Amino acid sequence: MSTSATLEQAAPSRHRVRGTRPLLRLALRRDRLMIPIWVYALVAAAVGTGYSFKALYGSTAEQEQLAAGVNANSSILALVGRLHEPLSVAGLTSWRLLGLGAVLTSVMSILLVVRHTRAEEEEGRLELLAAGSVGRFAPLAAALSVMALANVTVAVLMASGLVLIGFPTIGSIAFGLGWCTVGIGFGGLAAVTAQIAGTARSANGMAMAALGAAFLLRAAGDAGTATWLSYLSPIGWAQRLRPYTDENWWPLLPLLGFAAVTMLVAVRLNDRRDLGGAMLAARPGPVDSTGLTGVRALAWRLQRAGLLGWGVAILIWGLVIGNLAGDVGKLLGSSTQLQELMAELGGPGALADSFIAATAGILGLIVAAFAVQTLLRLRAEETSGRAELLLSGSVGRIPWLLATVWPAVRGSALLLAVGGLGTGGAYALRSGDAGQIGRVLGATLVQLPAVLVVIGAGVLVLGLLPRWAAAIWGLLGVFLLLGQLGPALQLPGWAIRISPFGSLPKLPGEALAWGPVVALVLVALVLGGIGAAAFRHRDLG
Amino acid sequence: MNAAVEVAGLRKEFGRSVALDSLDLTVETGQTHGFLGPNGAGKSTTIRILLGLVRKTAGAATLLGRDPWRDATELHQQIAYVPGDVTLWPNLSGGEIIDLLGSLRRGIDPVRKKELIERFDLDPTKMGRAYSKGNRQKVALVAALSANTDLLILDEPTSGLDPLMEEVFREALAAEKARGRTVLLSSHILSEVEAVCDRVSIIRAGRTVETGTLAEMRHLLRTSVDATVSGDLPDLTRIAGIHDLQVEGDRLRCQVDEAGLADLLGALSAAGVRTLTCQPPSLEELFLRHYSRPEPEPVTGTAV
Ligand SMILES: Nc1ncnc2c1ncn2[C@@H]1O[C@H](COP(=O)(O)OP(=O)(O)O)[C@@H](O)[C@H]1O
Ligand SMILES: [Mg+2]
Repeated sequence: MSTSATLEQAAPSRHRVRGTRPLLRLALRRDRLMIPIWVYALVAAAVGTGYSFKALYGSTAEQEQLAAGVNANSSILALVGRLHEPLSVAGLTSWRLLGLGAVLTSVMSILLVVRHTRAEEEEGRLELLAAGSVGRFAPLAAALSVMALANVTVAVLMASGLVLIGFPTIGSIAFGLGWCTVGIGFGGLAAVTAQIAGTARSANGMAMAALGAAFLLRAAGDAGTATWLSYLSPIGWAQRLRPYTDENWWPLLPLLGFAAVTMLVAVRLNDRRDLGGAMLAARPGPVDSTGLTGVRALAWRLQRAGLLGWGVAILIWGLVIGNLAGDVGKLLGSSTQLQELMAELGGPGALADSFIAATAGILGLIVAAFAVQTLLRLRAEETSGRAELLLSGSVGRIPWLLATVWPAVRGSALLLAVGGLGTGGAYALRSGDAGQIGRVLGATLVQLPAVLVVIGAGVLVLGLLPRWAAAIWGLLGVFLLLGQLGPALQLPGWAIRISPFGSLPKLPGEALAWGPVVALVLVALVLGGIGAAAFRHRDLG
Repeated sequence: MNAAVEVAGLRKEFGRSVALDSLDLTVETGQTHGFLGPNGAGKSTTIRILLGLVRKTAGAATLLGRDPWRDATELHQQIAYVPGDVTLWPNLSGGEIIDLLGSLRRGIDPVRKKELIERFDLDPTKMGRAYSKGNRQKVALVAALSANTDLLILDEPTSGLDPLMEEVFREALAAEKARGRTVLLSSHILSEVEAVCDRVSIIRAGRTVETGTLAEMRHLLRTSVDATVSGDLPDLTRIAGIHDLQVEGDRLRCQVDEAGLADLLGALSAAGVRTLTCQPPSLEELFLRHYSRPEPEPVTGTAV
């Protein structure tokens, strides 16, 4: 032991990562389903979109018109990013997908890194491994390697696919590098938050919040006059690689620098703390309960901090979006193609209304992510054995289920309202029209029935296929891709309406159609009802 | 109907694997019942069925005269449970958790709670994530022992406790027994079972293989005999109840049932016994006999 300790000091780098390889194999084995699904979805989205764009935006005239419209309109710049000359189908594809894909690879990376670091530590499994011949940095190194490997796989397959459908090679490489460097950078950031936060949940939350900030900075910089804002965002850097349109390579420097710095910081922090320990120190708690009686109080107690975090993040989101909406109205949309594109993203009507409708749809998905996260707590309680302790008390299955489902519903409504008030308030200030607050609030609140369908589907999975509870995230991913890419791909209406978010009336431009709203609520109730019935009759654990 | 727990022919399948196969268990009201069996025998599964957490596949199970699945919510007012592997909410303090669990039962006795916290030397202000295994176990134990319930169900409750705390637990359990509470105690610690249990049931591979008081069980056991004789050894195989007979010259070793002991000693003294060692049956032997995989015959010391 003592000899190995001195060796460790003599040659720290090698010994401290000893055991990385078996840990990496373990991680790959555990993710044998999750990584291929991510890779497939991302690559298929890119290649499929490129392929369809060849048919849809083939002529130079169409492309030019689109470009003129996009670059004159800050709302599209905000949502998607700047479109550069010279125009090509390949350029349009990367314009539409670079930012979106970079966000998605980042989400993948954050989840992967936290899953193999803080989550393992929290569950105590890492301790089991760390007692073996495993260096201090090995778990972190293995997690980062898996994450980088997944990103590189996505990039290589995606770029190859695009080359195969006839896109230029250099541009495809730039495109792939854009996706994977942003992803790896946020993976590195997640490694930092995993050192700071005491739970996987908060480590994920902190990293996702940083990703949201990067998205908003890029959006604000691209849409407004303060272009420099988007130079603060890794997503902005990636877009400045300008794939297929006279590529720049300098953004690789800050992108790789971001990844390197975050990883170094993570390693430094990891070196300083105890296994299982967090940077945020624990305080002693109360000697006895202060009104913490029953499962409803418990559920609230467990969720209130998370809800507050979500609320703050969504309020900031709303304020930024509302501000941007103020700019949209001032610009003239002369191009019919632009009108069309905006209509696809957000429905007919005034540009500002479309912008609000499009961002409300994104907010709906974000809130649905909150709802899913809340619901999946139930599964965590079950697998950890805490549910066993709880349900050995006088608690019915259904009341216990409802103690989680109801806060998910209530919290979703609350967050949609917060987002609506933030957006509406900022927009009203910019436009000087207080009446906008109500209109925008309507546009965000109308997302609730679609969120309810997601919750209903979640309850169904928890009741019928508890082991596959995490699949509900996949469903949300499908809804996201359908909503973001469906219109640009000119998918038929029924295909877009597979997503409950696609069936909603696009307020405030469109009139409020009660039909789909009522139908979605009914679907949610039926799904949830079946799930709850199954939940009552199945084994726990 | 005064049995607190009545289980007959209980069967549970998880997919294709059979966890319980015709298991019987009766716990009389007011008694402390030991529930023993090797790892994976089905103790926790039985307890989960009794708690309505898992559904039985077939057979009968009643708890306090009611259906543990259908009437779970009302029944649990009268039950306190300690799981074998306690996980706590990382951001709630031990004290909060004890009171929370109490609120889901018929409430807890604050005086007893305070006393137990002191005796178990537990710091209730620590957060769930900061407790060691033994301390997590103590949180669940204090919550269960101080609850105002008639029935205690304990699944290997002393795993992770140090010997001092095991002793405290034993005393606390004796006090609960004196108070008239019924206890179902799944355990691996023989001295614990011997000290507190009125009756025990031993299960193996999802079946009950032995049930009764410990005194009754000792009767089922064999005495080991090691003797040397001066004369010729008679043919001992005629004596009923002799097992594992080994003869080396004038030395003899065997196991004998209670019923055959008198005959064996008669035969030995007729053969001019010179030395004689008799070893009384031990509980360990009883358990090892039931725990070891092949049927009872050879007693090896490697099981569990
Ligand atoms: N949820 C489950 N799914 C599948 N098999 C299970 C499950 N729970 C228990 N088993 C199996 O049932 C058997 C009995 O387990 P258990 O009751 O935990 O044993 P014990 O508590 O006596 O150690 C074991 O073979 C175990 O693998
Ligand atoms: Mg067990």
